[in-house]
Amino acid sequence: MEQIVLFSILNGLVFGMLLFMLSSGLTLIFGMMGVLNFAHASFYMLGAYFAYTLASRVGFWPALVLAPVLVGLLGALVERHGLRRVHRFGHVAELIFTFGVAIVIEELVQLVWGRPAKSYQVPAALDFPLFHLFGSAFPAYKAFMLLVSVAIFVFIFAILTRTRAGLIIQASLTHPGMVAMLGHNVPRVFMIVFGIGCALAAVAGVIAGPVLGTFPGMAQVLGSVVFVVVVVGGLGSLSGAFVASLLIGTLQTFAVALNVSVGNVLMAVGVPAAASAALHDVWKVTVAQVAPILPYLLLVLVLMIRPTGLFGTRET
Amino acid sequence: MRKLKNVLLLCLTLAMVTGLATQATPADPIKIAFVDPLSGPFAATGENGLNQFKYAAEAINKSGGMLGRQLEIVGFDNKVSPQESLIQLKKVIGDGIPFVFQGNSSGVAHAISDAVQKHNERNAGNRVLYLNYSAVDPALTNDKCHFWHFRFDAEADMKMAALTDVIAANKNIKKMYIIGQDYSFGKAVADGAVAMLGKKRPDVQIVGNELHPIGKVKDFSPYVQKIVASGADAVITGNWGADMVALAKAANDGGLKVPFYTYYAASDGVTAAIGAAGVDRIRLVHESHPGNPNAPKALSEYITGYRKLHPQNDVNQPRIHTALNMLALAVKKAGTVDVDKVAAALEGMEYTNLSGDQVIMRRQDHQLQMPIYISVHTNKNIQHDLDASGFGLSLESKVDRDKATQPTTCKMQRPS
Repeated sequence: MEQIVLFSILNGLVFGMLLFMLSSGLTLIFGMMGVLNFAHASFYMLGAYFAYTLASRVGFWPALVLAPVLVGLLGALVERHGLRRVHRFGHVAELIFTFGVAIVIEELVQLVWGRPAKSYQVPAALDFPLFHLFGSAFPAYKAFMLLVSVAIFVFIFAILTRTRAGLIIQASLTHPGMVAMLGHNVPRVFMIVFGIGCALAAVAGVIAGPVLGTFPGMAQVLGSVVFVVVVVGGLGSLSGAFVASLLIGTLQTFAVALNVSVGNVLMAVGVPAAASAALHDVWKVTVAQVAPILPYLLLVLVLMIRPTGLFGTRET
Repeated sequence: MRKLKNVLLLCLTLAMVTGLATQATPADPIKIAFVDPLSGPFAATGENGLNQFKYAAEAINKSGGMLGRQLEIVGFDNKVSPQESLIQLKKVIGDGIPFVFQGNSSGVAHAISDAVQKHNERNAGNRVLYLNYSAVDPALTNDKCHFWHFRFDAEADMKMAALTDVIAANKNIKKMYIIGQDYSFGKAVADGAVAMLGKKRPDVQIVGNELHPIGKVKDFSPYVQKIVASGADAVITGNWGADMVALAKAANDGGLKVPFYTYYAASDGVTAAIGAAGVDRIRLVHESHPGNPNAPKALSEYITGYRKLHPQNDVNQPRIHTALNMLALAVKKAGTVDVDKVAAALEGMEYTNLSGDQVIMRRQDHQLQMPIYISVHTNKNIQHDLDASGFGLSLESKVDRDKATQPTTCKMQRPS
């Protein structure tokens, strides 16, 4: 049992921090532009594919830096020449635009790299078990993932709270008009934040690609959960995204690890066993089986009870 | 006046030409629908299936096609969703395509099979034939069987019987863990495994019987932790596509070193993902010779030809070749594409497939009777590797057709 708890915490942390890298960019972009960027997970996918191609040419480590930079530049271009033009037609147009970008990227990825999953492998230097506990191994690569994501979290937080650039970004979040009045180029701030957000998603892609698989459906698989994280954490709130990422990461891994059925849970809260006959099908469903829908359940609950999200200030 | 005459003449010619065009001429291709995922998490699996159909059709076309007409495979994307499949099936029927192939997901297969049966009962003049090349839930040729469904893959119980024979012979296995996708096929695998292991090796303890949502799990590490914690000596899984790739990856990373007995742990990225960690450990049950060692000549040439066209893909479903060729033979025998006559011609038909095996379409339930092969993931003596990875499958044992056969509860109703 201790083993399951320990490894679930570790896996939950790894997955949660990965979600954070995606959701931090998304929530920043939303906070600034008021747009839910549907293409965000697509930039994550691009990060993985770019790194796959670069890693086979120049090795994993340069790819870890190069791929996010390239994706970040691409993101900035999309903002400068796409989103900014669409901006004047309102939020609906922007939403549809990002939706279109997501589809275009997915199709392009299939055109360039094909539909089968790519065998993007963990770099040899990190391909060993870090430690063995109770008979199962914890791969060094996962520790590396955790390290990278924590480093990036600290980095973003330091920039946003301790530097002048962070000050301007934070001010642009809430008072774009005022910031512009003070002589700052707000559209350029938007472009930079969009680019950095995309680059962050790409970093997540680069390090998650070898573990979660590099295939054209990877954006779809993670994209929906990232939206849940952003909404649960509170739209535009970075600390909210952080807490929600870890919450959903651990929630999912623990739910899988538990061998409890819905019947057990209901019984524990006092529903009489007699009800089990009527609810036979539901009764036998284990928590593990419903694990992937738990984030969405949480989303519904949060929207019902606290529509601003855990740390948000405005209604979603 | 002369001008008017010319115009009238032109109109008349035009009318005749368009009239001719709407009528099917013998030179028109016979369309065959392929309804499977061409987008989303399982797109790789569907795309490779479509390519194998096109490849098999090309060979048939080169030798004259069906009834002197060429075959044309038309892909329809069903996103592995039963609802979407029914929409696509309506399109297929609307386009007047008489033959529908589908294989990925028994959940989808049930939906299509049901819809085809209902449609055919109500529309005697416009029937369609459902040719199932891969969906192996036993129910499709048992309780749910009907005249317009034919299955060319071995159903889950045929495969499980062969797999459990191998497991029963391995005395080191005392604790078994079963993991699968949460839908009809995953459940059929789990039920079959529990029932057959219970008979053949009552001493083997089932330490885990787990179903996870299909195509939704991002990281299988928590599942792998559970398997390790259960102390299992071996794992049975029916996972396919992205779910198999991710499970294999997580097992490698989590240090899970026990043998895996699988249905689909090869090709479409799975073999590459398993890599060196799976050598002599991952076993696979399937309907064809794996290509190593000493592949039958026909199979070897077929694989080599396909690889030239699609260097990244494998012939992981030789049954596609069997299914399409048996359909072509049935059409030839019936002398028409009339669905009822073709179905009648398929019943009881014998065919020698690429592996050199004599297979037979059982009249009783429309389940193709065939030998079952068990092979192991390795990089030794591999002539035909998978995923261009240097790793491939090597034959370990073969169960003959008479031994692989399973009883059926089907009571076939034929249209009178």
